[in-house]
Amino acid sequence: MQDRLLAITCKDVRKKFVLRHTRSLKEALVWLVRGRKGDMWKVFNALRNVSLDVYQGETVALLGLNGSGKSTLLKLISGVLQPDGGTVQTRGRVAGLIEVGAGFHHDLSGRDNVYLNGAILGMSEKQIDEKFDSIVEFSEIGDFIDTEVKFYSSGMYLRLAFSIAVHTDPEVFLIDEILAVGDEPFQRKCIAKIKELSGKGKTLFVVSHDLDLVSTVCERGVLLEHGEIVMDGEVHDVVAELRARSAKQL
Amino acid sequence: MILPLSTPGEGGGLQDVFRQWFLLRLLVRKEIKVRYRGSVLGLLWSYVKPLMQFLVYFVALGIFLNLQSSTPNYAIYLFSGIVLVNFFVEVLGNSTRSIVDNRDLIRKIYLPRELFPVATLLVSAIHFLPQVLVLVGASLIAGWTPSILQLGAVVLGFIIVGVLATGLGLLFGAANVYFRDSENIVDMILMIVTWASPVLYVWTMVERALGPYFFFYQLNPMTVAVEIFHWGFWYPTLKADQFAAVPVVQGLVSVWTPVALGVSLLILFVGQLVFRRLSIRFAQEL
Repeated sequence: MQDRLLAITCKDVRKKFVLRHTRSLKEALVWLVRGRKGDMWKVFNALRNVSLDVYQGETVALLGLNGSGKSTLLKLISGVLQPDGGTVQTRGRVAGLIEVGAGFHHDLSGRDNVYLNGAILGMSEKQIDEKFDSIVEFSEIGDFIDTEVKFYSSGMYLRLAFSIAVHTDPEVFLIDEILAVGDEPFQRKCIAKIKELSGKGKTLFVVSHDLDLVSTVCERGVLLEHGEIVMDGEVHDVVAELRARSAKQL
Repeated sequence: MILPLSTPGEGGGLQDVFRQWFLLRLLVRKEIKVRYRGSVLGLLWSYVKPLMQFLVYFVALGIFLNLQSSTPNYAIYLFSGIVLVNFFVEVLGNSTRSIVDNRDLIRKIYLPRELFPVATLLVSAIHFLPQVLVLVGASLIAGWTPSILQLGAVVLGFIIVGVLATGLGLLFGAANVYFRDSENIVDMILMIVTWASPVLYVWTMVERALGPYFFFYQLNPMTVAVEIFHWGFWYPTLKADQFAAVPVVQGLVSVWTPVALGVSLLILFVGQLVFRRLSIRFAQEL
């Protein structure tokens, strides 16, 4: 494995969140003066000293219960958040199916949104021109592509968003909750597409609560608990460990 | 080819924005399409609103307070200041809100965050254009014959305002993420700005009142930009015997224009610096 190139590397990554209780300058000043500084915020450690190496072409499932820090780690890798300590580095373009449709604007047509969202996800004008037909075909939107997105059903909306995201062709793919997308036939199509991507040697980094699904898509599993990696290994073993741990909590 | 490892989300500031020219263009086009959605007049509102504003001032100040008797071609004097102030108001107001308004995107996908204030600058510039056309039309009717130097100065005045408003927009837009009071401070600035520059009155009135402290008034880049617009649009419509009524500020081109540009660039620099520091935590604070 050592001769392969790193795709993602995290070293001693720490992330804490400060939950602020006020957003008003006046209140903040009053509290400061009255010595109630402690009331102003609460610190929550989302990740503590996480170190993780992912090599190119690996398919990794990030597992853990709610609040274990999965999404935070994903956001650190995508660059949306910055760590408080340690370093995160990635190789090549990283794009995500994180909350698909975040860049959509309701008053624009499907066509305009394909361009806008494609550009937001890092595609060039030429790339979008080339892939436009393929995006529309995969999304099964058909003639509605020139209709404003606000008239789409929620299924159509998600299908178009997902279709754009899988066509961005990054080196590293971050996927958060793939199964939120569409009806069953479309889900199967998505999963097939994701497997096709990993077959092409793309690096996949998946967060999902659907344990059966991630075991079929991914090879490696990483288990997070309270912001720390507690297990890293073959995905079926990690899934079994997570199931054992959550059974204990009941 | 082996790509190097890089740190995700490490912004390069304003330069990054121009590397994303395609995305910037799409964001601007989106704003323009969305701004007047579902309205019958559409882009015409960009003409109607400033004209109405102009009429209100002209009737109240020009006719009722009779400023037009002491200031020849008062309509052009007034309108050339108003369009510039409108541009400033639009850039600063919208860019202050731009980060918070785009929170859905900023929380989920990494983009150089300066994109949003810069996009509002470009959108405002596009809305500024029709107003300038009206101004040019009106000036031509009044016998406008500008020199090349005056036309160049007008462009420079526009750039000064763009730089100043963007700098302040970056500053207050970033602060707005942490404290929403920022929006109210900006609203106040926008209220003052029309009156803090010689838009409605003439600068000689200020000099009479302030005396030796007049330079303080001139340090406001907005004031200088408005005076440049007067020099470029209004003076060339005057007849020789009318020049004496309101002289050009001494050293407008040689001293005050470079000073105003310098002050604006300094504010842009500070705004960008603060924005970069604060933008690291945008996603978690929004």
